[in-house]
Amino acid sequence: MRIFVCIKQVPDSAQIRVHPVTNTIMRQGVPTIINPYDLFGLEEALRLRDRFGGTVTVLTMGPPMASESLRKALGYGADRGLLLTDRFFAGSDTLATSYALARLIEKAAEEEGMPQIVFCGKQTIDGDTAQVGPGIAQRLGLSQLTYVSAIDEIDPEKGSITVRRRADHGVQVLTSRLPAMITMLEGSNHIRRGTQSDVLRAAQAKITQWNAAAVGITDLSLCGLRGSPTVVKRVFAPAARSEKADMIPATGGGSATAAALIDAIFARQPALEEDLISAAGGY
Amino acid sequence: MNTSQTPVAGASGSRAGMKKELPEHFRSYKHVWVFIEFELGRIHPVSLELLGEGRKLADQLGVELAGVLLGSGEHGLNDATGSCFAYGADLVYLVDHPVLAQYRNQPYTKVMTELVLKYQPEIMLLGATVLGRDLAGSVATTLKTGLTADCTELAIDDERSLAATRPTFGGSLLCTIHTLNYRPQMATIRPRVMAMPKPVEGREGRVVPYTPDLQEDSIVTKVLSFLPDDASEASGLAFADIVVAGGMGLRSEENIQLVRKLAAVLGGDWGGSRPLVQKGWIGADRQIGQTGKTIRPKLYIAAGISGAIQHRVGVEGADMIVAINTDPNAPIFDFAHLGVVADAVTLLPLLTEAFRQRLLVNRLAG
Ligand SMILES: Cc1cc2nc3c(=O)[nH]c(=O)nc-3n(C[C@H](O)[C@H](O)[C@H](O)COP(=O)(O)OP(=O)(O)OC[C@H]3O[C@@H](n4cnc5c(N)ncnc54)[C@H](O)[C@@H]3O)c2cc1C
Ligand SMILES: Nc1ncnc2c1ncn2[C@@H]1O[C@H](COP(=O)(O)O)[C@@H](O)[C@H]1O
Repeated sequence: MRIFVCIKQVPDSAQIRVHPVTNTIMRQGVPTIINPYDLFGLEEALRLRDRFGGTVTVLTMGPPMASESLRKALGYGADRGLLLTDRFFAGSDTLATSYALARLIEKAAEEEGMPQIVFCGKQTIDGDTAQVGPGIAQRLGLSQLTYVSAIDEIDPEKGSITVRRRADHGVQVLTSRLPAMITMLEGSNHIRRGTQSDVLRAAQAKITQWNAAAVGITDLSLCGLRGSPTVVKRVFAPAARSEKADMIPATGGGSATAAALIDAIFARQPALEEDLISAAGGY
Repeated sequence: MNTSQTPVAGASGSRAGMKKELPEHFRSYKHVWVFIEFELGRIHPVSLELLGEGRKLADQLGVELAGVLLGSGEHGLNDATGSCFAYGADLVYLVDHPVLAQYRNQPYTKVMTELVLKYQPEIMLLGATVLGRDLAGSVATTLKTGLTADCTELAIDDERSLAATRPTFGGSLLCTIHTLNYRPQMATIRPRVMAMPKPVEGREGRVVPYTPDLQEDSIVTKVLSFLPDDASEASGLAFADIVVAGGMGLRSEENIQLVRKLAAVLGGDWGGSRPLVQKGWIGADRQIGQTGKTIRPKLYIAAGISGAIQHRVGVEGADMIVAINTDPNAPIFDFAHLGVVADAVTLLPLLTEAFRQRLLVNRLAG
């Protein structure tokens, strides 16, 4: 099977800080990681390759340093890494990102052949939109299978696939046709440790880098800020409520504090006490 | 490559002279639409919440509010139409077709795109549910228009543009996003962020039927079966009147039970902050916040939770927020109504016992 996996390099959210005065994100010194949701797609891709043979290609659009993430993915066992990088892509929203990635996928398909599956993450931890995967599927005419918890059956020859999809009120069992864009649900698998030889190979591998022109993008108005219909107009810190919380003094021992807190709650919400008395019955 | 992409909305518009005035070709885009999520014979509550919010936007713009309802007649589509009117819609675009009986991306995207091109809404809102997110990304890409995900606040600015505010990465920031040069302006909004409007029984509106050209043969994805969730024990969290939640301040997995006990005494539900889910102390369906559940209880008690923006946006709709935290400068005290600087591990059991006594005494007295 030929499988592509879209991964994004993101700042490790646990370590991000906001500049208290300028309200900008301070990225310096913040370590970057592969978007955690993308690893579920990568692992699924590697498992399919274990079963059917073939290749797993990881793709990303980002600054030159994003090649580190591709290298990391090679260390888990992916075969090839492709980086699309160009200053024209700066400021891309999800529409412009899915455009660039669709062109990258088409260019890679010229070299390697059309993939049967393109995996994307459910969402990123920085953008958090879950829009890029569906955007790619739509642009390339791929069957769209999101929130997949398991691939039950797949027949690369016949081009058929059956998956379980986590819907809002239950699990849909869907059958569809390849090529498909799939986003895997978190927890559906666990990324493997790469073998020693994968890690060695990754360290030496050459990451292919393409710019906009190399993937055949001629109309730059579809890229980056210019190609993004959404515009960020304002970034701001959430306002504190006009009054801060009323503080219940924690003196006189814990029980007194508990009692004072309950008094304060019911003083502010007398109806709540009635509700509780009638509803909490039976305890 | 999908060559069936429709020429669109804004694509023809000149990009020069933007921002100042509404370009001529925008004037035909009017009305606010809400995509009505209709599954298993019922409307998803988020769609009704969005009708409430959409009503405000439509009134401000002086346009009509439409619900867009797709489905197959066998499943009570007409009752759903009535609910749309009761919750504020002036009209409902009704698309009743057997192929639409269960949600699938391809036919839903096709129908939504056709409707937009035909009736040209200015704003389109969808719930940020599994279904809504699956659909919105496809529709926006087909239309080549802007889509803002997971909004927590919507407003119309001076230039008649939708100002969609969402929390952004980084722990303490919000950003306001506009779609200036394209129509429609699309946004997804999480369940429970907007207040549920009060239905007006007997309120009427117009039904505009639309007959799509759909053949089952041309739909590549088939639904083999649907395994509904059993009324999962956690499903009530988003709708509970009382919620008690714990954060990293609880310090250990065992202390989750302190939160659960207080919730039980209050007849409420319980949850926690995201790090607890990441540590595996609680299930993902118990996470409260931007990437978990949004709650709107009458009473929310947060124990050992710092109050990061991603948590805050999930609880701000609560009538009363009570915070217990050892750090007097914890951000949660900036938006809680009542606070105590105390060790949650000590205070929670005392609070549980005090509540129990108080309710017991009152119940006997009553
Ligand atoms: C994209 C993204 C999405 C996110 N989504 C969510 C989300 O949906 N929900 C969510 O909750 N978070 C979310 N987060 C994480 C969020 O930014 C915070 O990291 C998280 O909410 C912090 O959890 P916490 O308050 O439990 O832990 P901490 O930040 O570690 O805070 C612990 C608090 O407990 C207090 N404390 C310590 N000991 C005690 C004690 N004995 N008694 C009382 N208090 C004590 C401390 O003073 C501190 O304030 C998201 C982050 C990102 C980047
Ligand atoms: N710049 C990018 N490069 C590669 N893949 C991306 C990029 N941005 C988004 N994706 C993919 O699209 C998914 C959803 O992203 P998002 O819509 O930002 O939540 C991610 O999990 C990735 O698989």
